[in-house]
Order: sequence, then structure tokens, then C-alpha cells
Amino acid sequence: MTFDLINCLYVFVLAGFIGFEVIRRVSPLLHTPLMSLTNALDAIVVVAAIIIAGRHDTTLSTVLGAVAVAAAFSNMVGGFLITDRMLRMFKLSKAKKP
Amino acid sequence: MNHLLQQQLIDVAYIVAVTLFVLALKWLSSPATAKHGVLAGEFGAFLAVTATLCDYQIIEYRWIIVALVVGAIVGVPLGLVPMTAVPQRTALSHAFGALAAAMIGIAEYYVRIPHLTKFEMVEIAMEVIIGSLTFTGSLIAAGKLQEVLPQRPITYRGQNIVSLSVLGAAVLIALWLMFHPESSRLFPVMVGVSLVFGVMLVTPIGGADMPTVISLLNSYAGLSAALLGFVLNNKVLVVAGALDGSSGFILSVIMCKAMNRSFTNVMFGAFGQVQASSAAAQEERTVRSATAEEAAAILGAASSVVIVPGYGMAVAQAQHKVRELFDVLTKKGIDVKFGIHPVAGRMPGHMNVLLAEADIPYDRLFDMDAINPEFPQTDAVLIIGANDVTNPAAKTDQGSPIYGMPILEVDKAHTVMVIKRSMNPGFAGIDNPLYYEDKTLMLFGDAKGFVGDIVRELTGGGH
Repeated sequence: MTFDLINCLYVFVLAGFIGFEVIRRVSPLLHTPLMSLTNALDAIVVVAAIIIAGRHDTTLSTVLGAVAVAAAFSNMVGGFLITDRMLRMFKLSKAKKP
Repeated sequence: MNHLLQQQLIDVAYIVAVTLFVLALKWLSSPATAKHGVLAGEFGAFLAVTATLCDYQIIEYRWIIVALVVGAIVGVPLGLVPMTAVPQRTALSHAFGALAAAMIGIAEYYVRIPHLTKFEMVEIAMEVIIGSLTFTGSLIAAGKLQEVLPQRPITYRGQNIVSLSVLGAAVLIALWLMFHPESSRLFPVMVGVSLVFGVMLVTPIGGADMPTVISLLNSYAGLSAALLGFVLNNKVLVVAGALDGSSGFILSVIMCKAMNRSFTNVMFGAFGQVQASSAAAQEERTVRSATAEEAAAILGAASSVVIVPGYGMAVAQAQHKVRELFDVLTKKGIDVKFGIHPVAGRMPGHMNVLLAEADIPYDRLFDMDAINPEFPQTDAVLIIGANDVTNPAAKTDQGSPIYGMPILEVDKAHTVMVIKRSMNPGFAGIDNPLYYEDKTLMLFGDAKGFVGDIVRELTGGGH
């Protein structure tokens, strides 16, 4: 069990560094889409919720799992949708440099 | 297909998904590639969800399908909100994300309760505490941004001590549970106390600090997802949570720097209360005001103009009029730039989205560090609905509450024009000496109407 913990810590630390380095380079122009996109990616907890809701251990766990599926999936759908809408708005000026 | 092979295939799908997530964020580095980023993220998420739906552990699909449909029904309208409502939508989605993480942690506790090790119990307790407090905290933040809750900080004496004791209580229960995981009656108490702490955490924070608070809650939501990954030994959650967490963290640091505040000051300082002092120092000072005609003449004669928008512009729904002004001036051959302070909107980057929505090209939007060296060569600055971020007192007056905050150095430009409803001080209740300078012209009126008048003067429609 502690082996799993160490494993997860490795992944967490490395992913944290990658996140830091990648996100540091995100243009300040796009900080709002960044937040809505990371939100949509974070909604991947839906995969854990799906297992809990479908495993049917107890009624309680199924109900909690189903609520979690709905909450996370709404983030996933809404997050990608609004990020896409926002990014479509960013346009360059029509090229007519003097 | 045997279970082990199936599990390995799911793991492969997860690794591909995680790779796509990192690429999605990498492509956000420029608006030109950002659209690929969304596609990559969508494909990764689709892959991970589809793979999970094939998992052998699932014996009952009914509730999953119902919940997915409900999630889509809730999610689609939340993806279609107007751009001005994006901050509260974002706060709400932090709440949903944290709710999902907390729910899964709670379910895991009750399923595993007889066989929980100390490590697992600690992971679950931390995850559930952070998830719960982020859930209620984000709801309060969303309420403040939607203005169904008061924006002013709500404070009372000894507040910080009370709040921290509540958090302390939750941690103590978690420690007790670590040694006695079977005391399942205490578990809901811990959840309840954490929910209460979330409310206490955000109510004392004023509306002006919302960009930092949203970013911080974003970071917590990511952390709770990552911790859930620890609980379930699910690496895709650990990675997604770590990415979300570091993104929120970086943005909160940027926001804090932009206001020259520390985390502790934002969380416990109750900024944005009415400034009681400084009134004594006020003498009668005169301001110069100008009409739309005069403003149009100055802008028309300039060769370079910087427009500084603040949230007041969005409140007045003046973005589209500002775009018209931008078009008219650009057509006259005038170089028009937008100078955008990091906290110009209600969340990081919000002002850029509002201007992009109004069809202002993004290569004309400049952040603070890029625009500040330009001001000395700028003929005219037009400030619309921004106040504190242009206040020179932040650089000169050590007694000012915003002393040290980086500002847009508009006072270095040749002429400064400020569209403002009246001389009332801004969000933070701080007087702005810029308005009394000789080079400053006050344009009193509603932002949308006034910009419209300037446009009409410039196009010669007035005569």
C-alpha cells in the first residue's frame, strides 16, 4: 500500500513540475481560457465516479457516485464548450501593415 | 477478455489521455495554437471516459447514464453563459469539481471502512476536507460574483481565530479517525465542519480580491482531485489534479503580485472595507472636465492612443462602443493599443476575453509590462471604468493602502482622459490623485454613452 503512495507521489511531483513549466508559458492573454480548460481537464475525476456509481457496492456509494458523475461531467462538457467559445473570439487584426 | 488485460488497456488509454492533457496546456502558449489545445483535451477526456465505461467492475449502467445525461443538461447552459458571467461560472465549476471529489472520497470511506490502513485514512480525510471546503467556498465566491451575496467583506471581531479553530477541529477529527477509522459517526462531522470552514474562508473576502480567490480555489480543486488519485491509486487523476493545482497556484501568485498582496493578507486581511481615515487629508482640489467634442478632438489629433479598460467598462456594457472607437481611430491611421492590468477583470485574463468578444484583435492587447514603457511616447490615454490600477499613489504615497501595487503608468503620457460617472472613489474606496493633475481631463458620464458620443464626433455625424 505504501508502495502505491510513493508511486503516486512520484507522479504528483513530476506532473506538478511539468504543469508549472508548461503553464508558466501560457500567454497572459489566455489566462481565463486556461482556467476553464484546466477545469475541464480536472473533471476527469468523472472516471472514478463512473466506477463507484457502476460498481454498486452499497446504495449510499451508488448515490454519491452518481451525484459525482453528474457534477464532474457537467464541468467537462461546460468547460470544453466555454473554452472553445472563448478561443474562437481571439482574432488577429486584418494584415495591413504599412 | 480477461480482467488483467482489460485493466492494462484502460491504463494505456489513461496514459494517452494524460499526454494529450499536457499538450493541450502547452498549446495554450499562443492564441494561434490554442484551438488545437481544446481539441487535444477533448479527445483525451473522451478516450479516458470511454475506456472507463468498459471497466469490468461496472455491473450496473443505469445510474451512470442518468448522471451523464444530467451532467450534460447542466453543463451545456454553463458553457453558454455570456462572457461577463465567466468568473461566476468558473467559481461554480470549482464547486462542482470539488463536490465530485468529496463525494467519491466519502463513498470510498464507507465502502472500505473495515479495512482502512492509517495511510489510506489520512489520504481520504485530507481529500474530503479540502474537497468540502472548496465546495462551499466556491459557492460563496460564485454568489459574490453573481451579486446575490454582498460583495463587501463580512467581518466580525476575532474572526480569524474562530475560522482557524473550525479548521483545527476538522484536522483533529481527521487525526482521531486516523487511529480509529471505524468511528464512522465522526466522519460526517468532519465533512460538516469542513463545509462550514469553506463558508467562513470566503465570506470575509471582498469583491476586489475575487481574482485571487478564484485562482486559489482553482488550486484547491486541483489538489482535491490529485489527492483522490492517491486514494484510488489512479494516476490520471493525480496528473490532472497536479496540472490544475499548479495552474491555480501560478495564477494566484500572479494575481497577488499584481495587487502587491501576500496570500495571508488576501485571506485574512478583509481588504475592500470603506477607508475611514484619509478623509482628513482631503482639501478642495479642482479637476478639469471636458466634453465629448473636446475628447474627440484630442484623440483625432493624436498619433498614438492607449485605451485602459477596467471592469467598469464591462459593467456599462461599453465593449462594443469601444470597438467602434478603436475602428474609427485605426482607420484614421492612429496607433491604438489596449493596456491591460492583470486584475482589470474579475478573474485572471478576463478583460482580454471581454475585448476579444467585442472583436478587438488580440495583437492590440498589451499586458502591463509590455505597455508601461510605451506611455512616455503616448499622446493620449483613455481610461474607461478603471481606477485603482492607474493610481499613482501606489508609487508615491507610502500611506496609501495600495502602496507598492504595480500600476499602469498612465501619468507618463501626454494627456490622460478618464471616463467616470462621478468623483466617487473606486472599488477599494481609495482617492486617485491622477484626477487632479493638469494633464488629466475628466469625462463625466456613462461609459457606453460617452464613448458613443466620441465616436459620433469623430465620424462627423454630429454636424
